[in-house]
Amino acid sequence: MIEIKNIYKNFNSSKILKGLSLNIADGETKVIIGRSGCGKSVLLKHIMGVLRPESGEIIIDGKDIAKISSKELNKLRMRMAMVFQGGALFDSLTVGENVGFTLYEYSKLSAREIEHRVEESLSNVELCGIQKLLPSELSGGMKKRVAIARALCVNPEIILYDEPTTGVDPITADSINELIRSLHDKLKVTSIVVTHDMKSAYRIADKIAMLYHGKIIAEGSAEEIQRTNHPVVYQFINGLAQGPITETIDKCI
Amino acid sequence: MAKNIISFAHKVGAHIVYYIDYVGALTRLFFKTLYWIFIPPFKRQRILRQAFIIGVESLPIVSLVAFFIGVILALQTAYQMQKLSSEIYIANIVALSIVRELGPVITSLIVAGRCGAAITAELGTMKVTEQIDALETLAANPIKYLVVPRFLAFTFMVPVLTMYANLVGIVGGYLICVYRLGIRSSMYLNMTFDSLQIKDVTTGLFKTLIFGMIIAMVGCLEGMRTEGGAEGVGKATTLSVVTSFILIIAADCVFTAIFYFIFP
Ligand SMILES: Nc1ncnc2c1ncn2[C@@H]1O[C@H](COP(=O)(O)OP(=O)(O)O)[C@@H](O)[C@H]1O
Ligand SMILES: [Mg+2]
Repeated sequence: MIEIKNIYKNFNSSKILKGLSLNIADGETKVIIGRSGCGKSVLLKHIMGVLRPESGEIIIDGKDIAKISSKELNKLRMRMAMVFQGGALFDSLTVGENVGFTLYEYSKLSAREIEHRVEESLSNVELCGIQKLLPSELSGGMKKRVAIARALCVNPEIILYDEPTTGVDPITADSINELIRSLHDKLKVTSIVVTHDMKSAYRIADKIAMLYHGKIIAEGSAEEIQRTNHPVVYQFINGLAQGPITETIDKCI
Repeated sequence: MAKNIISFAHKVGAHIVYYIDYVGALTRLFFKTLYWIFIPPFKRQRILRQAFIIGVESLPIVSLVAFFIGVILALQTAYQMQKLSSEIYIANIVALSIVRELGPVITSLIVAGRCGAAITAELGTMKVTEQIDALETLAANPIKYLVVPRFLAFTFMVPVLTMYANLVGIVGGYLICVYRLGIRSSMYLNMTFDSLQIKDVTTGLFKTLIFGMIIAMVGCLEGMRTEGGAEGVGKATTLSVVTSFILIIAADCVFTAIFYFIFP
């Protein structure tokens, strides 16, 4: 169970998160939607403890991650994984070393066993035989899938995906959606997926939450969101150029 | 007028605050690095890899520059000494200047320009492509994983390269004096080794230990706080080199003064 309670975050003078609260139940797939630059990636980094909020609490399994020691935080991070927007693969390591990073660093498994786990993770994202390549030799979509494989390699209980289907072809996008679904169904993985791909959101979500102006303004199942009468949500999910979101921007200018 | 003065004071104040803040950040990173050096796991491989990169990258240019410095120093000294008809002292002056001062400083500046810049660019790229955040989410401490190996490699390699530069510089001076100025080879070598005391070598090397730490700390700090994409990486790299240069020269001045006045 992840509870986010009333968090605020500023960068310099711009307020990005303004009293955001959100609960994610165990085994749930929560999709967070919102416009580019509204702070979705920032929110995910708060959940991983990479960024600290100005105020508010993030509680994972009853523990406030701002209050626990760095050792405990790392223990918690071993059960979680995050797939970064651009992949964030380590340039200086091969694909195999990237995917098996945590295992090579911390586990007592033999090199052979780790290689086996790496191969298994890569085959989950339909990649094989690329362990020896460097990230610079991969296409954007492949990087994204390798990043997912790196997250899967530690068998995490919680996975955070930052725009997993942005910038990949529709067929790969669908297989990523399917993967997220099957992790949810078979392994009861808790997933938080940030996206603005509405098709993917409807396919994978147990609950969809919309982030707008630093707060969650609406939350519900895919059907509930589709039947919304909130004008902001309506404009976003239907991708309309005219509506309250763009009007407030015009006012700002 | 008053407005101008206030805005000027504002700017000066902002600069002072920036420098104090910078030194604070550098000191914090230094102590964190010291702490993480002693926390397991210890991966020797990573340190050796960095040391190898620094050594191999710098060897050709260090050789070239040190050799020319030796040659230039011999010629310039000869110009002075011939007036006093005391050419045999060229060997002393070349050896002492190189070992006490030029070897350490020139080597450190070269390493700062080549390798300090390179680590800032590398860590800066990692920062802006979220690789440093990714390290943290994978439960690896960025200081342990990235800063510690570089810190140890620079602290070790800059003195090693300096010793090598000292040797090459003295060889440069030797070649000029023996083959151009007609000083006897055995005489030159005797004068060189007689003039050099252990103290001269150790104070020179001690300085480079500090310079190596400065290069590593500035390079890593600038890299880890890079912001703003490719442009930010470029800016951070320039800033890293400039800051290293200033701190190396300032530290050199301080240490030379200390050695001169306190431990003569
Ligand atoms: N480390 C940072 N320093 C300063 N500003 C940041 C930082 N990270 C994100 N921001 C700002 O926060 C805002 C939200 O960013 P982000 O969460 O990446 O948006 P998105 O919803 O597209 O993922 C952006 O305006 C960005 O400029
Ligand atoms: Mg984002």
